[in-house]
Amino acid sequence: MKFLDEYRDAELAQKFAREIHRITTKQWKIMEVCGGQTHAIVKFGIDELLPKEITLIHGPGCPVCVTPLEIIDKALEIAARPEVIFTSFGDMLRVPGSTTDLLSVKARGGDVRIVYSPLDAVKLAEANPAREVVFFGVGFETTAPTTAMAVYQAAEKNLTNFSMLISHALVPPAIEALMSSPNCQVQGFLAAGHVCTVMGFEEYFPLAKKYRVPIVVTGFEPLDILQGVLMTAQQLESGRAEVENQYARAVRREGNQPAQNLIKKIFRVVPRKWRGIGEIPQSGLGLNDEFTAFDAEKKFGVAESRVEESSECLSGLVLRGQIKPHECPAFGVKCTPEHPLGAPMVSGEGACAAYYRYRRRPETIPAK
Amino acid sequence: MRISGDDPLTRMGKIDFSGVIKQASLAYVPDVKVGDYVIVHVGFALSKVDEDEAKNVFEYLKQIDELGDLKEESP
Repeated sequence: MKFLDEYRDAELAQKFAREIHRITTKQWKIMEVCGGQTHAIVKFGIDELLPKEITLIHGPGCPVCVTPLEIIDKALEIAARPEVIFTSFGDMLRVPGSTTDLLSVKARGGDVRIVYSPLDAVKLAEANPAREVVFFGVGFETTAPTTAMAVYQAAEKNLTNFSMLISHALVPPAIEALMSSPNCQVQGFLAAGHVCTVMGFEEYFPLAKKYRVPIVVTGFEPLDILQGVLMTAQQLESGRAEVENQYARAVRREGNQPAQNLIKKIFRVVPRKWRGIGEIPQSGLGLNDEFTAFDAEKKFGVAESRVEESSECLSGLVLRGQIKPHECPAFGVKCTPEHPLGAPMVSGEGACAAYYRYRRRPETIPAK
Repeated sequence: MRISGDDPLTRMGKIDFSGVIKQASLAYVPDVKVGDYVIVHVGFALSKVDEDEAKNVFEYLKQIDELGDLKEESP
């Protein structure tokens, strides 16, 4: 496909790799924020092309992985109700709550359906006026304009049988939380290109300045990631800490204004808990007062609960970049994509799933 | 890509993903035209691909090459 295949050219990738080797003189730790980038890195072996001085740390940018256990439990409770058609993106279905998962609720007779787009859930609500249709709105800023549009259209159509269980997370506050933690080792960031297609990258200027850290908005293909690493390494080697845009074919500095406008109309910024990380101030989205009729938590009166994570799952350390997935004792043994202990083993953006798929044989795991 | 509807917030397009045709909302890319390339996420086009910027990665590599050649030539 145009704008895809040419960014996977092995020879050109080697050129970038050689240039990175040529300019690198010191040890650098660079975090790729987005789980989509983690998958590309592990799948294409990009980390193996890099000099041993550069370590890529996998970031928390997997929305499924950071969805709190409490929200999953709420989803399970709502999905089990007989009047509800519970709709979700596919990768939430195997994510373990504290006792079970959505797929098991479906197996026991719950009406749980995978949809491609939040708008499909709105259509289901129109077609099934006697049922309650709930959409599980999980995602970062990239997904927020799509759930905002679903709420907007449901309101325009006066649908009273549509609601949303919302678990939206915002990336810049998470970067700030990582940078301000005392044991943070990250010296440079590859910011997630698709989040920036929506939000632009103005929010990163104060972060780059405050923490003296280079931030390079980066795409998802091998050449994108290699160029992003090269640009970050060039900054680190020359002592600069700037915001740069590698992914200019898709990202504009100001982002997507119509999308931001609808996000602001439907949502407000709220504090939010991140699974494996804890609460981060101003890092989530909740519905504005005008749209609370579409809030599934209020509609079904699901209770707040406090639940403990499985002690065998070290996904918190993985999400904070403190261990690599294969360093967890449960990896590939007690924890597999079919029987996951934690969300990063499930999601198409989860670091554990990437290592399970592409790095299971010990000899394919780099020693560094 | 084919476009249907006039209302900017409900405008839909048929997007050709290398042979697989899918509908996507064009609400957030009001200026796209038939023939443009877009980045689609869960049924929404979120950004139009800038074809000039798309060439930059390859221009950058060319510059690296030229710099490398210069270094090899210099005594």
